[in-house]
Amino acid sequence: MHPIAERIKHEFPEGFVDAVEWRGDLAVTVKRGAVHTIAEFLRRDPEIDCDYMVHVSSVDWPDDDERFEVVWEVASIRKRHRVRLKTRVPESDCQVDSLTDLWLGANFMEREVYDMMGIRFRNHPDLRRILMPDDYTEGYPLRKDFPLQGKGWRDTFEFLNEKA
Amino acid sequence: MRDTDKTYRLEDQRETVYKVDPEHPETATLPLQRTEELLLNMGPQHPSTHGVLKVILELEGERLVKSTPVMGYLHRGVEKLAEEGTYHQFIPHTDRLDYVCAMYNNFAYCRAVEKLMNITVPERAEYLRTIVAEVQRIIGHQFWLGTQALDIGAMTVFFYTFRDREILLDWFDELCGARLTTSWYRIGGVERDLTPSLISKLRAFLDYFPPKIDEYQVFLEKNRIWLARTKGVAVISAEDALSFGLSGPTLRGSGVDYDLRKYSGGYAAYPKCEFNIPVGKNGDTYDRYWIRVMELYESVKIIRQCLEQMQEGPIMAEVPSVTLPPKNRVFTNLDSMIQQFKLFSQGFDAPPGEIYCGTEAHKGELGFYIVSTGGGKPYRLKIRSPSFIHMGAFDHMSRGYMIADAVTIFGTYDIVMGECDR
Repeated sequence: MHPIAERIKHEFPEGFVDAVEWRGDLAVTVKRGAVHTIAEFLRRDPEIDCDYMVHVSSVDWPDDDERFEVVWEVASIRKRHRVRLKTRVPESDCQVDSLTDLWLGANFMEREVYDMMGIRFRNHPDLRRILMPDDYTEGYPLRKDFPLQGKGWRDTFEFLNEKA
Repeated sequence: MRDTDKTYRLEDQRETVYKVDPEHPETATLPLQRTEELLLNMGPQHPSTHGVLKVILELEGERLVKSTPVMGYLHRGVEKLAEEGTYHQFIPHTDRLDYVCAMYNNFAYCRAVEKLMNITVPERAEYLRTIVAEVQRIIGHQFWLGTQALDIGAMTVFFYTFRDREILLDWFDELCGARLTTSWYRIGGVERDLTPSLISKLRAFLDYFPPKIDEYQVFLEKNRIWLARTKGVAVISAEDALSFGLSGPTLRGSGVDYDLRKYSGGYAAYPKCEFNIPVGKNGDTYDRYWIRVMELYESVKIIRQCLEQMQEGPIMAEVPSVTLPPKNRVFTNLDSMIQQFKLFSQGFDAPPGEIYCGTEAHKGELGFYIVSTGGGKPYRLKIRSPSFIHMGAFDHMSRGYMIADAVTIFGTYDIVMGECDR
């Protein structure tokens, strides 16, 4: 196992779920409740020292019990390594701790995840939609059940549905 | 200069000054002076926002107290579209992300898919990719320099940089038939080779260009207005820049030596070239300007070395299940035609897994995070666009500066809204 995954497993046996290393990327899955503590460890630990927020992303797995996956990718510029921190979020209680207090850049990136996937971030300073309009009520576009074809003014044209 | 002595808080400013004589209250006059915050909407239609971006500025006099970017006017759902097409079909969509620098977007995306598929690109293709990527970097920096100077009020530079940019756009036109939306990179290689005419034109440009960079600098380095409006404006410390996830010249201006072209071994043909990475000291707009101008010289150096070192060889990896056959074979050979048809209609079978691959575009780290569950389409494709992430630091970097500096800060990020909103 990768030394960083080893350390996380050693320090947080409760929160650790599993670690995968594939094509040189390390992905560590942790329990939802432990995200903030483990992220704080990655940020503050002098040996891991992840000072750089790469991206925050989310994946929708509609068939799984815990439907959503939130992905934070953090890196250490000085120590030259990158860790992908993942956690699962169920649809019924769709929220997870925000990491904005650890990495300032997480503010906008988590807002985007909220906007696109509808996952709420606890303790986020300004959780609003960012790319979609503020008053958008038709759901979250990157969920797998969101239709690719939109509903717009054009769909109100009756002649489009008439059979020739 | 930032007014650092005062802390800006909206609550403190809602005071009204009345002039009342307590002995004769009937003589009380109307309020003489009143301070309150002013909300100003800048954009969405504003020439300096380089696209459609709105920023709500809270002002105290002419000082910025808080700024809230309102984005999404150019949101086209590119990440959703990616889930519905094959990996090859997404390449033209990447052109439309950062439409000023389409080649680098293609490059970043193809690199990510190659990492997913574990494909090694032939050496000549790596050199060709590096050459074209650096030409694109020159175009991007020329575009940035011209428009940033224009926003700040120095119009002349714009004409000079756009004159030279035109030469390179025509060169792209000859290379792939398009000036802006190029789609020249392919998964596993490049679409076509450089012709002798293209090589001689590029060599001529490399001789022509360095004196022109000196010329751009003459207009700005001694221009008192330019210096006053860039030095000490939009300062960000290295610690904050890292925490915000800034990258590219915006991060290097704060003194962090982070350039993916050299960091952790680099990629493509960059490790075989000798070049420097300019790094700033003060983290202000001037340092970021200086870095970009120095990168123009470095790009010329890289292209020169690549042209010298490049050997003959294949320009596309030989992995028939993934890479496209050459166009001339598609039209003459049945097997190649079937291969092309299958790759475009069904795609190739990607292994299940997830990768992140970042590439140093001229704006910063452009990354693609791809989740695959097997099959011909990405299950999830996330674009880490530097413009979006840089906009996250806008409020932090603009506090305490003058309202006119907001324009400078848009410029110094080099934002393109197509990439920001995706």
